[in-house]
Amino acid sequence: MSANVAAHDDHHDHGPEKGIVRWIVTTNHKDIGTLYLAFALVMFFVGGTMALIIRSELFEPGMQFVDPQFFNSMTTMHALVMVFGAVMPAFVGLANWQIPMMIGAPDMALPRMNNMSFWMLVAGVLLLASTLFMEGGAPAGGWTLYPPLVLQTGDALPFAIFSVHLLGISSIMGAINVIATIFNMRAPGMTLMKMPLFVWTWLITAFLLIAIMPVFAGAVTMLLTDRFFDTSFFDAAGGGDPVLYQHIFWFFGHPEVYVMILPTFGVASTIIPVFARKPLFGYASMVYATAAIAFLSFIVWAHHMFTVGMPVAGELYFMYATMLIAVPTGVKIFNWTATMWKGAMTFETPMLFSIAFVVLFTMGGFTGLMMAVAPVDFQYHDTYFIVAHFHYTLVPASIFILMAAGYFWLPKWTGNMYNERIGKLHFWLSAISVNILFFPQHFLGLAGMPRRIPDYAVQFADWNMISSIGAFIYGFSQLLFVYIVIDTIRGGTGEKVTDEVWEDAKKHSLEWTLPSPPPYHSFTTPPEKIPTEHF
Amino acid sequence: MNEDLKQKNTRLIKKLMFVVLGMFGFGYALVPIYDVFCDITGLNGKTAEEAVQEGVYQVDVSRELTLEFVTSLNKKAPLKFSSEVKKMKLHPGKYYTVNFYAENLTDKKMLARAIPSVTPGLAAEFLKKTECFCFSEQEFKPLERKVMPVRFVIDPKIPERFKTVTLAYTFFDNTETSVKN
Repeated sequence: MSANVAAHDDHHDHGPEKGIVRWIVTTNHKDIGTLYLAFALVMFFVGGTMALIIRSELFEPGMQFVDPQFFNSMTTMHALVMVFGAVMPAFVGLANWQIPMMIGAPDMALPRMNNMSFWMLVAGVLLLASTLFMEGGAPAGGWTLYPPLVLQTGDALPFAIFSVHLLGISSIMGAINVIATIFNMRAPGMTLMKMPLFVWTWLITAFLLIAIMPVFAGAVTMLLTDRFFDTSFFDAAGGGDPVLYQHIFWFFGHPEVYVMILPTFGVASTIIPVFARKPLFGYASMVYATAAIAFLSFIVWAHHMFTVGMPVAGELYFMYATMLIAVPTGVKIFNWTATMWKGAMTFETPMLFSIAFVVLFTMGGFTGLMMAVAPVDFQYHDTYFIVAHFHYTLVPASIFILMAAGYFWLPKWTGNMYNERIGKLHFWLSAISVNILFFPQHFLGLAGMPRRIPDYAVQFADWNMISSIGAFIYGFSQLLFVYIVIDTIRGGTGEKVTDEVWEDAKKHSLEWTLPSPPPYHSFTTPPEKIPTEHF
Repeated sequence: MNEDLKQKNTRLIKKLMFVVLGMFGFGYALVPIYDVFCDITGLNGKTAEEAVQEGVYQVDVSRELTLEFVTSLNKKAPLKFSSEVKKMKLHPGKYYTVNFYAENLTDKKMLARAIPSVTPGLAAEFLKKTECFCFSEQEFKPLERKVMPVRFVIDPKIPERFKTVTLAYTFFDNTETSVKN
């Protein structure tokens, strides 16, 4: 295939279209990657604003700013926007930019579908956002959309459901594209076990996506027909069972959390070796651990529903199966630590975020292990403890790594160096405030404060106030990142970066062999040599 | 893009689309799978949906269990619903009859359905009902008050570990959605 690729007329090195049209009709993986990343960043602030509304209301006990219905809409929409609008699209954006460059391919395998899946995502999120202005308000029953509560949503319900359909189709198309690219477009000599880990984790994530998004689409379609077409999937009066929804939802929902964390692992495994100036420790075990986590994610779902009244046998099975996940995850933490061990480490911003990720994600992992213990989960269930747990695995993990990826690859993508001093300031503000924000929530949860409530008993006042202060510092310090991104695109520090940007990065992965910024069409002829540092 | 690669992509997309459709179907297949699974294992506390034949059991006077009754209404169904007793002591193998009362608080005809649930779930299969208002949809005339007896027996085979069993009924107002309309 190699010789023919360059000869075909798709691959004349024509530049992009001019003006706004470029961004609408583009089929270039770099343009689409940029669109995804920009969109995700905007949604990060939309979802963040909702979080700040929540934290403002919880700053003090009593009702201050919003009515309870709107508060519940905020918790629901915050989650949906962050999961489907920010984190997932951000990783798809990274995949678009990086996968072709990392495997030596000229573009994604299915460029037109790539464009379509981005615009479908925009349509889905707009549809979701429109529910905020509808009679009866946006969905307010939690992002899990449990019946029968969610069926009480006003006019917004069908729109929220169609929005989930659109987002699902968009993710599935993106996933198919990633799989096709990785299977069919790798440079000669790049066997599966020579792929960078970011590519590996995305390959596995893509398989998770095509397995679970259709199940979720099915579950919400059942909600739709229950509400409008008199079916009784989840309606006990007609012989259905609301608990059935929880089983179907979490069959999707548990792998979904790994959709957000596996690419995170991939980026961390890419960044840490570069700044430790060592090959990644245990490459093969990283691949197998990722696959093991993905497999286990399908057989542990009911640990989200220990309190629905499962028999002891069920509780025990899901408890032990869940604890098993700590093994491959522990392998990963061990490997990252071993990679840093005796490395010639430097602490540029991407590395700082990555180290913080390793530490703070481990904490999130441990609280997860606590909740895997079924009998104690009865105390933690639906309290702020679970809120603290999953925010530790998402904010200082996925979000920190997305920030790290931004700092790591922006110089490559733009050819300009970002401002390291502001980058470090962003890191320290984020790392400190994220703990002020989420750590007290452990205490609140253990003391019994339930999640998704707009008001609370006065005994919870102090830690809530501290948490809210942390939230505002964290939220506003993210504006530094926006500043840095814009500043870097417009020239940054003025220092022109080299092709490999970071010392010896060329040894780790292919994108650093390209010029910075890379040409609009890269690897129109496949690279001759692939880096072998990670073996 | 050369033809060879295009073909490879098309073949792969077809396979992956097959997975997608298969998983969509699997989501729906979970509905019957769940029912069958619960049927076999008796996990979710559902009692038989039809009356069982009145069999003869050896009454075990040496054992005494507590049976509790819970009556509730879904979404403020306009009914008054209660049981004759809140709880009772009983011997496995002996037949008992307990009256339940429901009153239609509206001046319209009402169709309502009671759904039973037993806690702990695994005790459900030992609670055998020969007569129950939950076996069919109940029709209430305007403001009608009904006395609805439930006749049941606890199978003496019920394991020792069950000391207290709760039988809960929730009444659903099905007037608008019932097929009988």
